[in-house]
Amino acid sequence: MGIIKTEDLTYNYIRLDEDDKIREVNEAVKDVNIDIRQGEFVAVLGHNGSGKSTLAKHMNALLLPSEGTVWIDGRDSKDGDALLAIRQTAGMVFQNPDNQIVASVVEEDVGFGPENMGVPTEEIWKRVDSCLEAVGMSAYRSSSPNRLSGGQKQRVAIAGVMAMEPKCIVLDEPTAMLDPGGRREVLRTVRELNEKKGITIILITHYMEEVIHADRIYVMDQGQVAMEGTPEEIFSQVEKLKELRLDVPQVTELAHELRKKGVPLSPCILDEKQFVKEILEARAR
Amino acid sequence: MAIRLEHVEYKYSEGTPMETEALHDVSLEIRDGEFIGLIGHTGSGKSTLIQHLNGLMRATGGDILYNGESIYREGFSMKELRRHVGLVFQYPEYQLFETDVFSDVCFGPKNQGLSEEEIRARAKEALELVGMGEEYYKRSPFELSGGQKRRAAIAGVLAMKPEVLILDEPTAGLDPRGRDEILGQIARLHKEQGITVILVSHSMEDVASYVDRILVMDHGRLRFDDTPRRVFAHCRELEKIGLAAPRVTYIAHALAEAGFPMKTDVITVAEAEEAILCTLAAEQGK
Repeated sequence: MGIIKTEDLTYNYIRLDEDDKIREVNEAVKDVNIDIRQGEFVAVLGHNGSGKSTLAKHMNALLLPSEGTVWIDGRDSKDGDALLAIRQTAGMVFQNPDNQIVASVVEEDVGFGPENMGVPTEEIWKRVDSCLEAVGMSAYRSSSPNRLSGGQKQRVAIAGVMAMEPKCIVLDEPTAMLDPGGRREVLRTVRELNEKKGITIILITHYMEEVIHADRIYVMDQGQVAMEGTPEEIFSQVEKLKELRLDVPQVTELAHELRKKGVPLSPCILDEKQFVKEILEARAR
Repeated sequence: MAIRLEHVEYKYSEGTPMETEALHDVSLEIRDGEFIGLIGHTGSGKSTLIQHLNGLMRATGGDILYNGESIYREGFSMKELRRHVGLVFQYPEYQLFETDVFSDVCFGPKNQGLSEEEIRARAKEALELVGMGEEYYKRSPFELSGGQKRRAAIAGVLAMKPEVLILDEPTAGLDPRGRDEILGQIARLHKEQGITVILVSHSMEDVASYVDRILVMDHGRLRFDDTPRRVFAHCRELEKIGLAAPRVTYIAHALAEAGFPMKTDVITVAEAEEAILCTLAAEQGK
């Protein structure tokens, strides 16, 4: 069993009328079976309303399944006694950095999590140091978070989650509100955490270019997993992705269009260097 | 309906130790019927700038002229200005509040004191412009999907028939199709109704495919004011100020550097495709 596993996970949003009678049941997630291994970098794609965020919120027991089961590091998320352990195992980073920062000084914000877990003071400071270092924000440790840029705030939020030493971090559209520079910073940080510290990453995003380095991609549609595979397997299906209201990275689209015009290129190019290489080869022919 | 900014300055908390300059000596002109992209890093002054354009913020220095007339002149009607210059804020769907979509869109024109008939006609037209048919009129705004909510909110501003429409990141958080739909509708509005559009965006790819002029803000200053092609030619400088060029522009540069002779000032996938095919065809012809 992987670090996060769901079995027939179904979640219903239930709307009640004035008399508390059920007016409408909306199946946001339906019969989802996924299994994420420790150390993997997994991306989740899907259009607005496809159930991505609902699924993500099951990964640290913010939501509990209506049917089926979710295991986080072997613990059933419905087990109330395991709740604290689950939240420490799987940390969560949301879209809006302003909603996630609680303290008035960066280092205190990062220390907030471990402090609440009862970590000894000396150890808290050690973690604050190393986490700020890992996200490249050490120089700002005494700054006020509201003076930071969006990308910097988001990196502080990531450091705050890291300080709880989770095995897994779930990021729900962490770059949606950031400028291109901020997006680069956050993405680099997330990839480093995965590669250097072996933290499992689950990244939800609408930016196709952000997921080309993922180990695996799940594509959600109408609450279900519609596609699963490596980036190459997913992005080679340009037409199907467009049907699901998604897109492909620009390099992939360009290669796809050129191939249609008879330029001899591989079926799915995700890497720009690869693209340049193949164009040069095509030219030599 | 030209708007001209002359040496506009804005300082927060002027005269206190907390004084910060959000806009520094910004001069530019927005001409009738233009489609302008406004880009800049977080905190570069984009939002401060657009709030000056309809008088929500008052410049601490310089002047803003609307049709040649200073908006700070005594007796100038800010209410009138706001009717002509419509502003759609970030995440406008949070501002939906009525019980159904149609009433929400009616709110703006109702406050302009129009007749009941005119209000309904305007709301209908605005909803049609954003592609929302009658089946949505009686739906609660809170039952709609993210993209639909956003369109309903934009319709609310369109119903006031602005001549200048300013949108602050209208596609943030939308899936690729929702993004294309909204931008497509805005482009159509611009083309068919001749509305002047100012689009604030963090997506360089979107800006490249839609606008005909780009303003780049950096630390409160206007760094570039030019066509997309010429602005994105400065990709290294853009990166230094937290921005970028569209990915295809980098691909073209990489190809050229690797010895593939092609023009590098491409900014959309279609342009890159054409340029590559052009080079390949020319070489085969030899």
